[in-house]
Amino acid sequence: MAAGGIAPPQQLDEEEIYLAPQWKLVWWRFRRHRLALVAAGLLSIFFLIALFPNFLSIHDPKITHGKDSLVGPQRINDLWRFDPYVYDLKTVRNPDTFALEHTPDKEKKIPVNFFHHGQEYKLLWLFKTDIHLMGIDTEDGRPFYPLGTDRLGRDIWSRLAHAIRLSLSVGMVGMLISLVLGVLLGGISGYAGGWLDVLIQRLIEFIISIPTLPLWILLAALVPSSWGIVQVYFAITTIIALLGWTGMARVVRGRFLSLREEEFVTAARLAGAREGRIIFRHMLPSFVSHIIASVTLTVPAIIIAETSLSFLGIGLRQPAISLGVMLVEAQNVRSIALTPWVLVPGLIVIIIVLSFNFIGDGLRDAADPYGRGG
Amino acid sequence: MLAFAIKRFLIIIPLLFLISATSFIILQAPPGDYVSQYLARVSMQQGFPITKEEEAALRHQYGLDQPLYMQYLKWLGKVMRGDFGLSTAREAPVNELVKERLLLTVGLTFITILFIWSFAIPIGVISAVKQYSIIDYIFTFTAYIGVATPNFLLALAIMWVVLDLGGGYIGGLFSPEYMNAPWSWGKFWDLLKHIWVPAIILGTDGMAGLTRIVRANMLDELNKPYVLTALAKGLPVWKVILKYPMRTALNPFFSGIGYALPQLFSGAVILGVVLGLPIIGPLLLEATLEEDMLLAGSLLFILAGLTLIGTLISDIILAWADPRIRIEG
Repeated sequence: MAAGGIAPPQQLDEEEIYLAPQWKLVWWRFRRHRLALVAAGLLSIFFLIALFPNFLSIHDPKITHGKDSLVGPQRINDLWRFDPYVYDLKTVRNPDTFALEHTPDKEKKIPVNFFHHGQEYKLLWLFKTDIHLMGIDTEDGRPFYPLGTDRLGRDIWSRLAHAIRLSLSVGMVGMLISLVLGVLLGGISGYAGGWLDVLIQRLIEFIISIPTLPLWILLAALVPSSWGIVQVYFAITTIIALLGWTGMARVVRGRFLSLREEEFVTAARLAGAREGRIIFRHMLPSFVSHIIASVTLTVPAIIIAETSLSFLGIGLRQPAISLGVMLVEAQNVRSIALTPWVLVPGLIVIIIVLSFNFIGDGLRDAADPYGRGG
Repeated sequence: MLAFAIKRFLIIIPLLFLISATSFIILQAPPGDYVSQYLARVSMQQGFPITKEEEAALRHQYGLDQPLYMQYLKWLGKVMRGDFGLSTAREAPVNELVKERLLLTVGLTFITILFIWSFAIPIGVISAVKQYSIIDYIFTFTAYIGVATPNFLLALAIMWVVLDLGGGYIGGLFSPEYMNAPWSWGKFWDLLKHIWVPAIILGTDGMAGLTRIVRANMLDELNKPYVLTALAKGLPVWKVILKYPMRTALNPFFSGIGYALPQLFSGAVILGVVLGLPIIGPLLLEATLEEDMLLAGSLLFILAGLTLIGTLISDIILAWADPRIRIEG
């Protein structure tokens, strides 16, 4: 980031820089943003998890094991020595508090199998299979819990895999809605100008001048409680996206305004190109990278919004599994002090949001290959 | 200056109308109205149904038989005079429920802004002057984490750490003995002892962003020739920095506060729920969950109004600090 200009770190001769298409210039600059690269790697892992949550999960994330309530994370021992095992759980009722207490039984080692045949599921909604990344064989069918269980005795590891899928998808779908709204309204505003521009700008000012969370809360409360998971999912995602497109619209409008007067646009117009062709063939490609950068920075905001709403109990609800829904378990500080592992979904939220932010920043710096560094 | 302030004030009025209309539409959205909800409760308690005539009489009394726009105008008229009506679920005037919470909300926001100002400026300046030093990296990294952590998670984490260390803070703005006590200096002191925790948590988000703005602007200014001139003339470094580039760098900062306000009010809602703060946000959530839409809508209007007024004030401060803005409007 230190030095400006377009010179990539490698010894490329000038001719190569001149001939490079724009995406290549963007990539050269993006590549220099180390953190963004690391973040991109992390995010691809999360997207893989989102694609194959069933493969990763050890158990059905919705099944409750009443007697395994709030089991602590079980360590997988000897993971790197090819024969990993976990200790069996010894469950005893505490005579004073009557609570069930779980301690590892050091006598009994249970081997952990990789590519274990467990419950049947459909991979990518298509192929029936029963292979899971990890699993153990026990007589009573009790699974093991690498990240512990929640209050109802559900496996946090398996739930986490599914929650990452849902929360990421809320972010992506919400981002798409914001993108369409932002590009459409921002484009109209910047290209058409006039009273339409004034109207849209006032609308944007209105939306950014009021606190969004109270509005989200009220709008989310209007979602009927009789709706199913899918309906609630789309309703909440749309509500979040409806208030989140303004940043995008501003970027698009600004770009249109500055490009409208450029010579190549005038040239295209004089050559008799239609409006649509000028917009989509000539103007849009020159700021696609800006849009992508802005889009990347929208996703984390949407994910945080979903998490916050679900945490408050008005976003997605049980039996849907999202990171926010999982964090409902962590509402009480005293229970966190006793069972800190219920906060793990929060850690995942932070990592996902950080990754998106780093990538977004990297892209924003790279989006303008001729701009100054920094 | 006065002309500018008046102009800004005039812009706010249509926005307030728009917000009031939005609040009113949301108020009206759920099925049933005040009377039908009231009747449902009364007939549950008394065990006998209410006649159609009585229902109509009640409707007439509350003006619910009039067309919607009339109801809106009447509601707006009352709101203008500072009367938000009766909360259905709580059977108490909204004004009573809101009064103290309003004060505490404004107080919390004010202290948060003070916190942001007193930290974001020096941190931004130091990061810029010592660019790419360890300090810069630490601040930058903290800023990223601050932005990426949802407020409620940070609040939970801090409360957990405090609890773990044996500290007594478990949320709220008052100690139990002052909770319902009338205002006194003792209570005020108690408030000050509590309010800094939510203020810091609430401030992290905005602070991270503003630090970045100050840093970027400082970097721009530091590279300009006048800084070199001042240094060449033999001025001490700290004087050069404080006197010239910092002043210019702070301009966007004032406007940044305006943009941070909606964010602050949003953040206070969820933080208030987690920390059990007696401010407006948590009441809004409760009212929404109880479907007490009159209270919820009024609170939305109050919060949005507060934000607009705050933005207005920050705009005026900005104009006062930067003459260019006054002229361009």
